[in-house]
Amino acid sequence: MNLAYFLSILVFSPLLGILVLSFLPRTQESLIKTVGFLATLPALILALIAYFQYRAGAGLEQLNEKVSWIQFGDSGQLGNLFSIDYELGLDGFSLIMIVLTAVLSTLAAIASIHIKKEWKGYFMLFLLLEVGMLGVFAAENLILFFIFFEITLIPTFFLIGKWGYYEKENAAYSFLIYNGLGSAVLLIVIMVLFARTGTANIDALMAAMNADNPQLVAPISENMKMGMLIALLIAFGVKLPIFPLHSWMVRVHVQAPPSIVMLHAGVLLKIGAFGLIRFGMGIFPEQFQSLAVWLAVLGVVNLLYGAFLAFVQTDFKMVLAYSSISHMGIVLIGLGALNEAGIQGAIFQVVSHGLIAALLFFLVGVFYERFQTSNIQNLGGLAKGMPITAGFLLAGAMASLGLPGMSGFVSEFMAFLGLFKEMPILAAVGTIGIIMTAVYLLRAVLGITYGKAHRDFAGITDMKKFEFVPVLVLVGLIVLIGVYPSVLSEPLTSTLETIMLGIGG
Amino acid sequence: MDLETLLSYEWGIMTPEFIILGVATALSLMDLFMPKSQSRKILGWVGFAGILAALVSLLGLIGHSPESILFDTFRLDSFAKAFKLLLLIGSAMVLLIAIGYEPNEGLEEFRGEFFYLFMAALLGTMIMSSSGDLITLFVGLELLSISSYILAGMRKRSLHSNESAMKYVINGSIATAITLFGMSYVYGLTGTTNLKEMSGFLTSIYNEQHIYLLGLAFFMIVVGLSFKLATAPFHMWAPDVYQGAPTPVTAFLSVVSKTAGFIIVIRILFSIFANAPSGDVQGLPMILALQDYIAFLAGATMIIGNLIALRQRNIKRLFAYSSIAQAGYLLVVIASMSLFMFDTLWFYLGAYLFMNLGAFAIIQHVTHKSGSEDISQFAGLYRRTPFLAIAMAIFLLSLAGIPGTAGFIGKLNIFMGALVPNEGHYVLVSIMIATTVVSYFYYFGVMVQMFFRPAADADTGKVKIPAALTAVIGISLAATILFGIAPNIAFDFLQSNFNQFTDFFQ
Repeated sequence: MNLAYFLSILVFSPLLGILVLSFLPRTQESLIKTVGFLATLPALILALIAYFQYRAGAGLEQLNEKVSWIQFGDSGQLGNLFSIDYELGLDGFSLIMIVLTAVLSTLAAIASIHIKKEWKGYFMLFLLLEVGMLGVFAAENLILFFIFFEITLIPTFFLIGKWGYYEKENAAYSFLIYNGLGSAVLLIVIMVLFARTGTANIDALMAAMNADNPQLVAPISENMKMGMLIALLIAFGVKLPIFPLHSWMVRVHVQAPPSIVMLHAGVLLKIGAFGLIRFGMGIFPEQFQSLAVWLAVLGVVNLLYGAFLAFVQTDFKMVLAYSSISHMGIVLIGLGALNEAGIQGAIFQVVSHGLIAALLFFLVGVFYERFQTSNIQNLGGLAKGMPITAGFLLAGAMASLGLPGMSGFVSEFMAFLGLFKEMPILAAVGTIGIIMTAVYLLRAVLGITYGKAHRDFAGITDMKKFEFVPVLVLVGLIVLIGVYPSVLSEPLTSTLETIMLGIGG
Repeated sequence: MDLETLLSYEWGIMTPEFIILGVATALSLMDLFMPKSQSRKILGWVGFAGILAALVSLLGLIGHSPESILFDTFRLDSFAKAFKLLLLIGSAMVLLIAIGYEPNEGLEEFRGEFFYLFMAALLGTMIMSSSGDLITLFVGLELLSISSYILAGMRKRSLHSNESAMKYVINGSIATAITLFGMSYVYGLTGTTNLKEMSGFLTSIYNEQHIYLLGLAFFMIVVGLSFKLATAPFHMWAPDVYQGAPTPVTAFLSVVSKTAGFIIVIRILFSIFANAPSGDVQGLPMILALQDYIAFLAGATMIIGNLIALRQRNIKRLFAYSSIAQAGYLLVVIASMSLFMFDTLWFYLGAYLFMNLGAFAIIQHVTHKSGSEDISQFAGLYRRTPFLAIAMAIFLLSLAGIPGTAGFIGKLNIFMGALVPNEGHYVLVSIMIATTVVSYFYYFGVMVQMFFRPAADADTGKVKIPAALTAVIGISLAATILFGIAPNIAFDFLQSNFNQFTDFFQ
């Protein structure tokens, strides 16, 4: 197999779909939906090939690509030419994220069958979003990362603003402004790093920041490093979202179409965690250590805040939105613990929550398609009318509250294991959040499935054939990770080793 | 001066200017002798051909070694070549927009004037970029300004146009007077108008009062030119003029005239003040000592331009404020004075040229029929003509600095320039990035109209886009994306042909 352009093909393969779509007449609904779905497959197949080859022992280095791209400044006088290369590469962590992205994109494309209008524009933006998401995880340098990061912003804005629900435009704008500010802060950090060190390559930066590197264009003081890390925390904190920066995310989860929320909760939020781990921890290991306590505190705040607010919601989408905030707290807790178990738990939670959130939001889409509501009371009595759907909903909720044997359990267990080792009191406080999770999820889900039926279920079909695919795939993956966690932990070993080496553990 | 000396000059380096001058003359004669009833569109095409010819001759001169003729008043250095390239490309495209301009109020009778005044303005900008002397610089500036005043008032029967021309003349002349006042101080100090001699002379002034006078001159020149660039706080005229002037003229003012403004700022500031002492203890040259003032102007311009743009409903006013904001970004380049300042400025002005002219071509097309310039005119554009809507979206994204477009690379380059110096301009960069986020609001506002809102009137059938406009939109679109994805084409061209602009200071 020629691997020269493997990653580029993987990342940009959805563009082929955009090209085909642009030639289709806009009224051909089923054809457009089929093409949109098919266009997500190449990336999925390639991602799986990469994953299984890596599991089989092949090195990921052979996938690296590097082409000289932009040269700033003048070589003549300055001597140091600021060059940005087009470089893609993978490590275990980003490989897993790419697989997650590809799987969820395909499933979200299936879920997009509920889209009612303007299918052509929808799928073109959808595929562009996929390019952005894949690129974010494959980028080997910060500027490329930023470019893909911004590319996800634009399609998401339009997808929310045009295909969302009642208050879609407000949601789209608050998404744009919060994330725009977040990426603005990120850009400042990236540019400062680039201007000071002369490189934007992540590995080179890690090396340059670790040792007292004499080759720096300009020295970076300790205070500045700390400032940059805090800026990174804000930038990715908006994305994740960390407690005071979360309000946009609730709006988006409620207003965006379910297929987009699957991607948003499943992948886009995870870019925040990915960035914190890869750049925050990777480039500023020492500063990260001194901030670890605060991260853990923020994590507990997130966990409890999200859980308590989820408890009082009457709309199932709101419950899930706050539940996402709460679950992202566990990622922070794991990172704050700063030991192997904690970090592994954080990464597991990133993947696991991606799958669970996608599953739950897909089910929300299924309800909405049939009842035009996601209010818990209105949905009551589902177990009678739609037993299969209700069953899957229960399974999703169990996974989310961390039932052993499902992915949620592994990640929560490891994150808390990590934190109990470092900060037992904080961890004990955090466990209240876990109890709360069980309470609000059971309240909501039992209300929907066994609650008093407020509607007539006559004429309502249970799951249709195509709807089984995403649900079964997601439940299958959730259980697989829960029962056999080494599908995740093995590819992560080398990444974790690198991180632990960086933070001197 | 006898004939022999005159003939011994290497007139060849002025070929582009001669072509433009010749075409301008030819156009005015043609307009005079053509029958009244005949369409003046042909004049536009002749002018376009003339600009292309000038462009070709300029490309032929690119390999030419730096040369200055007419007692150093006219120089052809790499700076002049590189920026003339932008001026000519920009003007050619503005001319195409003008050819596609079909206003409702019957501009037909003045169209001839439009084309030759336009050529005169272009000639002014070209002289400015090549001048090595305050006198030629000033002559070029006035040629540009006076032609622009008339162009802005071209729609004789439109109240807005009259108002705009009036405001423009008054504000412009005040600005010119102030600039001239500043220049006169420098002349008084040095006894010469030649920029090179001046610079040599100023290195050796140590008298504190002289330095004070020079600082005053700096202040006045910056204020005067700041009018021309439409940077805060001297930007007030721009929104009115941009709104009132015919759309091709607005496009000209916002792109070509702005480029010329930056050319003159660079010429004057970096010729005169780069070597002059500032009189402080560290022995900094004046331009570095006064860097903060330019930085302040840049910050104020970005903030004011972007914030006031939020409230605009008229698309041309919106673009006026957007153009003020963009001038602010460009001032950041000057304020940061990095070693690759010229590259950055050139690239950003080039990117700005394409994205803004593309947008103006679409604005002209969309606002043309209804006569209204409210942004609600863009409602439902995606339904009517998807190509225009997508093209406009890409121009707006580029203006907002979203990756994948030339605008992003330009901004990246500006950030680099501002952060590379040892004491990076963090505040300036932060302001720039923050205001960029603010700008998302109004740029996306137009996109919301195009994609989310239904058209106000249902019967908007397909309107044919004039071929000239299609060409402008197509070229701009291609360039915006190409330089966004492969900016190295431009940077390589710059680095291999212009030798880092080192001959600017020679």
